[in-house]
Formats: sequence, C-alpha cells, structure tokens
Amino acid sequence: MTIITRRKLITGAAIGAGSLLSGCDALNRSAAFQDVLASAETANFTVQRALGDRMELASEYRIADLSPKFRANGTRDPGTADYAASAAQSFANWELRLTGLFAKPQQFSLAALQALPQRTQITRHDCVEGWSAIGQWTGVPLNILLDLAQLKKEAQFLVFHCADRLGGRPYYESIDLLDGFHPQTILAHRLNGEPLPIENGAPLRLRVERQLGYKHAKYVTGIEAVASLAGIGEGKGGYWQDVANYEWYAGI
Amino acid sequence: MPKDALISTQSRHRMTTRIWHWSNALCLLILLMSGLTIFNAHPRLYWGEYGANDDHAWMAVGSSQTMGYLRLGELRIETTGALGNWQDSQGRTQTWAFPGWATIPSHYSLADGRRWHFFFAWIFSVGLALFMVMSLWNRHIQRDLHMRRDQWRPSHIWRSFRAHLDLRVIRQTAGEDYNSIQKMSYIGVIFLLLPLMIFSGLAMSPAMDANWPFLTDLFGGRQSARSLHFIGAFLLLLFFLVHMVMVLLSGPFRQTRSMITGGEGKEPLA
Repeated sequence: MTIITRRKLITGAAIGAGSLLSGCDALNRSAAFQDVLASAETANFTVQRALGDRMELASEYRIADLSPKFRANGTRDPGTADYAASAAQSFANWELRLTGLFAKPQQFSLAALQALPQRTQITRHDCVEGWSAIGQWTGVPLNILLDLAQLKKEAQFLVFHCADRLGGRPYYESIDLLDGFHPQTILAHRLNGEPLPIENGAPLRLRVERQLGYKHAKYVTGIEAVASLAGIGEGKGGYWQDVANYEWYAGI
Repeated sequence: MPKDALISTQSRHRMTTRIWHWSNALCLLILLMSGLTIFNAHPRLYWGEYGANDDHAWMAVGSSQTMGYLRLGELRIETTGALGNWQDSQGRTQTWAFPGWATIPSHYSLADGRRWHFFFAWIFSVGLALFMVMSLWNRHIQRDLHMRRDQWRPSHIWRSFRAHLDLRVIRQTAGEDYNSIQKMSYIGVIFLLLPLMIFSGLAMSPAMDANWPFLTDLFGGRQSARSLHFIGAFLLLLFFLVHMVMVLLSGPFRQTRSMITGGEGKEPLA
C-alpha cells in the first residue's frame, strides 16, 4: 500500500511538474499576464529611485581595477558606407544633433564636443546578460549640452538616436531627465584613454551609469527631447523594449 | 497553562506558517527556474567586481553543436544531454546551458525570464519579511525554532544526526518538537540563505550600487555577488531535496495535510 501510494505521489509530482512548465509557457504567452509580471518594473523603479538621494553616484574605481579587456556587445560595427567613410576620417565630420523640445536646437561636431568641459570616470558596466567590465570613460556631461540647447519645460524624456541598425531597425534608447542631468551621465568619446573603439560605439556613446548596458546607446547621432515616448519607434522607449520584453527602466 | 501554550495545542502549523510555506514554495520554484533562464544568457561565474568572456571564470558551462560540458576550475566534466547540449521537446539540439525543462519560459528569453524573476522576487521578499515579523510576533521562532541551550551540545547534535538515519525514529518523532538539526536547517534557511538571495540579488543591480555601495562591497564585488546568488540557489535546491526526502520518509500524506489544514495539535510544550 505504502509503495503504491508513494509511487502515485511521485508520478503525480512528475505530472504536476510537467503541467507547471506548460502552464508557465501558456501564461508567458498571455499579454495580460505579461502586464502583471511587468508591474515589477514600476516597483523596481519607484523603490530604487526612493532609496537614493536621486543624484547618488555609481561606484567609481581606480586604474588598477580596470578590466584587462572591455567586452563589446550588440552592434560591433554599424557597417554602413556613411559610417565607414566617417570612421576613415576619424569621425571629423560626425555631428550630434539636438532636436525636439529645446529652445535652441543645435548641432555639435566631435571637435566642438571635445572643446567643452569633460568628465573622466572609471565605472563598472553591467550587462543585462550578467557580465561586468570596468572601463575608464571620458566625455561631455550631458547636462552641459542640455543647458546649451536650453531644454524646454515640457520635455520629459531624452531619446538617443544611433547610427547602427539591429535586425533592420535603427537602435535607439531613452532616459528621463533625472538620469539626463545626473553628473555621471556623459557622452563618452574615449575609453581607457584612447579614442572610443568602433566596437564600443565610436565616436560617441551614452554612459548612464546607474542602469544596465543596453541603455548605454552607441554610435549616437542625435538627442531628441520629447514630452512622451509614444511617437518614437513602437513607443516603448528603446530598441530592446520594442523587439522583446526588456524593461525601459534597467536599474536592476 | 500559559496562553501561548494553549494556542499551540490547536494545530501543528499556524495559518501564517502555512500560507507562507506554500507561497514561498511557489516563489522559490519560479525564481530558480527563471533564474536559470537568466544564467543561460551568460553561463559563466566569476569572483570579484568584473568578469566577462575574456576573464577567468571559476565555473562555466560550455557548448558546441556536438557536446556540452561543465568546467569547475580546471576540472572539465562532459554533460552532453544535460547541460550545454541537449534535445528540446521537438528533438532539436539546443546549446543553452540549462535545458528547457528546468527554465521559465521553457524556450530561451532573457527578457521574459527577468520579468518572471523580478515579479516573484517581490512576492518572495515581502512574504519573507512578513513571515519573519509574524513569526516573532506569534512566538513561532522563539518557541519552535529557537535552539535550546542543551541542543547546541555536540553530543545532542550527533544524536539528532543519528536519529535522521533511522527510519523508525523519523516516523515516530515526526509530530514532535523540532530536533536540533531541523531547527538549524530552518533557522539557517530563513535567516541566512533566503536573505542572502535577496541581498546578493540586489548587489547585482547598478542602481543599488549607487544607492547602497556597501552592499556590493559586502559580497566582494558584483560578480562575486552573482556567484554567491547562484551557489545560494543550489543550496536552497539541496535543502528542498532533503526536505522532500524527510517528508517522504516521515509520512508524506500526514505531513502534507498538516501543512495545508494545520494538522493535529501537538502536545503542549512543557
């Protein structure tokens, strides 16, 4: 009797485990259930923003802490003729356009950006996949550009347009103004004391240190200030948010 | 008879314990399986602050179209069919580290795995905090889980260990107060292992690194926190397996029923 019931119990557990798996997959396909799961993003965002003083700095490291090799991920070369031509002349003709809700929309050449005050920071890059690399970044603090172009009061988000395409779509990302004005948010053009390599986003890449790597847009060509993300791409605020279920807030 | 001793005669497991037990069981299962999906995105573990493909991993699952292997330090173990190279339900070869039957969702989706993980991480964390507060409040911890002074004696622990090897003793003592090994396991899991999972998880968050930099330092760096998070998950799995064996040996129906209905009362504590 005991043996049979024990066997039944184990069979039952196996059937239970099997139906749990297919049940999870069915739930995973349900849009309504995905919305429930995604509510954790709101909780993460609210709590993580509340725990700091909102301008809290990410950890900075020493030269001795640098990763021997800074791993590249995502697009390693935009591969277009325009990009190759620009790279051939060390991006001398690269322009960063500030558009949208600015009182003085304007554009900057790479040289003009390099003539502005710079910030150098050694920070840890955390990829959503789980790996980390420590690198030294030099670039223009974004808040300087936002002040020069006079961001309008209606602006709520900053959208970063990029020169690379993934799966045929242009890469883009967006951040809110709190991250936009954060002192460690810079448009970097140097990595570890050298001009930014192509695989890491040359000539300009966003550093938004309190979020995961996919927020750090590479090959940046423009910053668009908007009141809402609804009209950009598919409206979710970034390439990975549009094509998969990645969260707009990537603080964890 | 003191009032709290009276309460303990009413049922073996209090309502708060039972609710938490089952919600926690569900959360841990989903957290483990969605965690394995997240691990599959980068099946390598490091010590220290940084770690990526060019850095030394103390543990890695490797794969090719023909084989899968697990590397621990310098030791390489072939795992074809289980890790790194396995057949999915359609018979296709997959080269993700953990197989589909162990992950949520059963196909690889880092974004979906993260959604499941963070949603249930919230339920798990809030549930654990509530259980801790309630169990102090209703004296479950002080009365049932607190190690009496004599239970710390090595001879006592040794006796308790030997008793676990004797099926008759396990069956006879199943409804009694927890013995020292049970208490140490439950206290260890509730107050060390489960909080370790929450805090090592938070230590991997770049926003938390800015908010609470001491947290990442406490674990010796982000990649160390990730390694400890992974080790902790497998210690919890080990706890679960031993827990299952003990439940099966000590009367699975009675044990499961008492964790659902509360069960028959135990003798009042002396």
